Amino acid sequence: MNIVYMDYASSSPVDPRVIEAMLPYFSEKHGNPSSVHQIGRESFEAIEDSRRKIASLINAERPDELIFTSGATESINLAIKGLAFRRLDKGKHIVTSKIEHISTMNALKFLSTKGFKITYLPVDEFGFVDPVALNDAITRETILISISYANGEVGTIQNVGEIGKIARDQGVTFHVDAVAAIGKLSIDVRKDCIDLLSFSSNDLYGPKGVGALFIRKGTKIEPIIHGGGQERGLRSGSENLPGIVGFGKAAEIAKKEMEVETSRLTELRDKLIKGILKKTENVWLNGHPTKRLPNNANFRFKFIEGESLVLRLSDFGIASATSSACTSKTLEPSHVLLAMGIPAADAQGSLLLTMGRWTQNEDVEYVIDNVPLAVDFLRKLSPLIPQGDV
Amino acid sequence: MKMYSRKCMEHFRNPRNVGTIENPDGVGRVGNPVCGDLMEIQIKVENGILTDVKFRTFGCGAAIATSSMITELAKGKTLEEALKITRGDVADALEGLPPIKMHCSNLAADALHAAIKDYYERHGKKLEEYEERKKEGLIDGEKSTKT
Ligand code: FES
Repeated sequence: MNIVYMDYASSSPVDPRVIEAMLPYFSEKHGNPSSVHQIGRESFEAIEDSRRKIASLINAERPDELIFTSGATESINLAIKGLAFRRLDKGKHIVTSKIEHISTMNALKFLSTKGFKITYLPVDEFGFVDPVALNDAITRETILISISYANGEVGTIQNVGEIGKIARDQGVTFHVDAVAAIGKLSIDVRKDCIDLLSFSSNDLYGPKGVGALFIRKGTKIEPIIHGGGQERGLRSGSENLPGIVGFGKAAEIAKKEMEVETSRLTELRDKLIKGILKKTENVWLNGHPTKRLPNNANFRFKFIEGESLVLRLSDFGIASATSSACTSKTLEPSHVLLAMGIPAADAQGSLLLTMGRWTQNEDVEYVIDNVPLAVDFLRKLSPLIPQGDV
Repeated sequence: MKMYSRKCMEHFRNPRNVGTIENPDGVGRVGNPVCGDLMEIQIKVENGILTDVKFRTFGCGAAIATSSMITELAKGKTLEEALKITRGDVADALEGLPPIKMHCSNLAADALHAAIKDYYERHGKKLEEYEERKKEGLIDGEKSTKT
């Protein structure tokens, strides 16, 4: 069976052009960039070339504002803890939102056990943070604002420019988790006054196991991994050379193709949303209809539970995701949907469909045709609706 | 994630005994306190034997498969026998469940036992058997319905 892959947010295939660029760096070009000899210098050059390409993708002023990590989780941890431990002199207050990714949430939870005070800003029904509320939350003690560029679950794109301006005016460091947005939206760290930006390679169809943290020149952080002093001492450990080369190639492709690709995906997304809402009863879109990621559609179906829906769709050859409590390790409903005011029972019926570079029109049509069948099947089993009233 | 067994998927794909019974002799409706899901079991009783058992479930794949399985296990049994079905029995019959899904099989056993309890109550009968098993910790008792 052909798989219609609608789960790009959890994992993306690596672009064949990226794999090709990486291959030599597993074997003949394996040198350690710290080595003085020829093969080492070539590795050094390859890494710096990737750094330039990635810097250009986010419009960083200088390539050396980027350091490589093992992925977005590490970047986020380094940004948040690294900044927090560096700014102990100024204060121990951090402002974030209630809908951040679990990496941010758990890094902050850790800091709260070390005496830091965290303000979790509420969001509205679409998942927007109110910039005015954010401004009001800042105190003289505030050292960091950490907000996602876009929410990976409900797709909502924050008003990052406005938040960045507030952060700059108030003299507070601004960290942005760009995992969901990178390669899909054109990110400009200069225009949006972003001081720290976390993202990973796989979100750009690069290899897994490599990520980056943008650190604006002048923003000081403490390392959280100590060792041989690589990456300007901020991230020790031998460089993941093939990974970094692939990351650079992926960034180069993303920059070149983003505009066309984003409008292509936006069209598919809108078709998907319209189709599903039209062909099924008692279904709602989670998030905002237009201010959302071009590849993201998130629904909630009343009376049914998300894991069984994903399993059923899997039988139809569709790979999808849900944030139902039944699929979470903690068996708790999605903190994002709850923060948006969606009742826990309705949050159980969420379905997350994320598209990507290889999603085609017929995939979207197939999904539109089959989701209602899966929903019907499960509603016939549901004790929440009177029989026969599906 | 850890895979469901073949048997479990088979019951999920073709759930047995779905629906409701006209004029049921007992109804058990329990909510899963862990993840907020809901299961309903209806029974028909003749001469102390479960002649029909039907279910409806709002929950994950394991919840659906365990409800389907428990209707099969219970059908044709006496009330006393049915009260002895444990969540372990259901999980075993499904060739095991991922550890994080064991609480779903609780839900199935609880719903069945609640339906039998309901039957007893409707007939003004004593619930000794039920209460006894509850004391022994073999039945968790009813769960509050959160949904
Ligand atoms: S019913 Fe929620 S995990 Fe099984």
